[in-house]
Amino acid sequence: MALQDKYRELLDTAKSVGVTNLQAREQDNVLYIDGQAPSGAAKDQLWNVYGKLDPDFRSGDVVMNINVSTMVPGSKALVTTQQSNLNIRKGPGTDQPIVGKAAHHEVVTLVSKTNDQWWLVRTDAGEEGYASAQYLSPQN
Amino acid sequence: MKKHLSLLVVTVSFILPSMLLSSCKEKDSKIQAAVESSVKNSGMPEVSASVKDGVVTLTGECKSEADKAAVESMVAKVKGVKQVVNNCTVAPPPAAAAPVVIAADDPLSKGVTDAIKDYPGVKADVNDGVVTLTGEIKRAQLQKLMQTLHTLKPKKIENKLTIK
Repeated sequence: MALQDKYRELLDTAKSVGVTNLQAREQDNVLYIDGQAPSGAAKDQLWNVYGKLDPDFRSGDVVMNINVSTMVPGSKALVTTQQSNLNIRKGPGTDQPIVGKAAHHEVVTLVSKTNDQWWLVRTDAGEEGYASAQYLSPQN
Repeated sequence: MKKHLSLLVVTVSFILPSMLLSSCKEKDSKIQAAVESSVKNSGMPEVSASVKDGVVTLTGECKSEADKAAVESMVAKVKGVKQVVNNCTVAPPPAAAAPVVIAADDPLSKGVTDAIKDYPGVKADVNDGVVTLTGEIKRAQLQKLMQTLHTLKPKKIENKLTIK
């Protein structure tokens, strides 16, 4: 239970910001935290607390898989690439052909979530395809 | 005479009932105190009681059905209690923790490759679920990369990156 004590503030924050289906368990000296955050801001708050408790994420003793529960079909996401356009692909995977692009900081609509990594999105221009979820930030 | 009558009416219609009411209230508050101390002694701090006209309503959460019945019978024994309405809920047993899911190396490697492709200085190795990061990264980008890697269900992330 030592890790739960080390990351007590993180788990308390998860509860206070309203993370649902929150699970925290220790296995082989790693604390696995899963759950759904009510907003992108709540998720960022958790990551800030995690970064404070374990500066630069050096300890390697946490795997925090927190998704944003409001990211449901029909909701909007901001394209948060570093500068470039976001590729929209025919299928979920970087080996899939590119069928369109979404501009940096463009807002797209979520059609469905294939998995945690690939989301089917539609741009305002009507292009539809799969984009990597790591470059999409939920808008709420 | 008329004045006297109206005084009488006032007495009967306002003062008497309020006296009756206040004595009833007084009784209720006594019962309330007794019930509260009884509940407190039972070791169920989650249960609270309210009393009206000798009827005690219990609310809150009990640990089990047995506790719920116990607190009810204890409160029923308190002097002056006419009836106990037991609205306590019983806490569901804690859900068994879902097992930790760790991705197989194949999808994990693929996910890691996708995740780091925009971070030119970053290299990653995947071995038995453990992702080891080497190379260098800007501090401002570290959290974003970490957020992505953590959703891939790795067993562990060893961060050996040099942070610029």
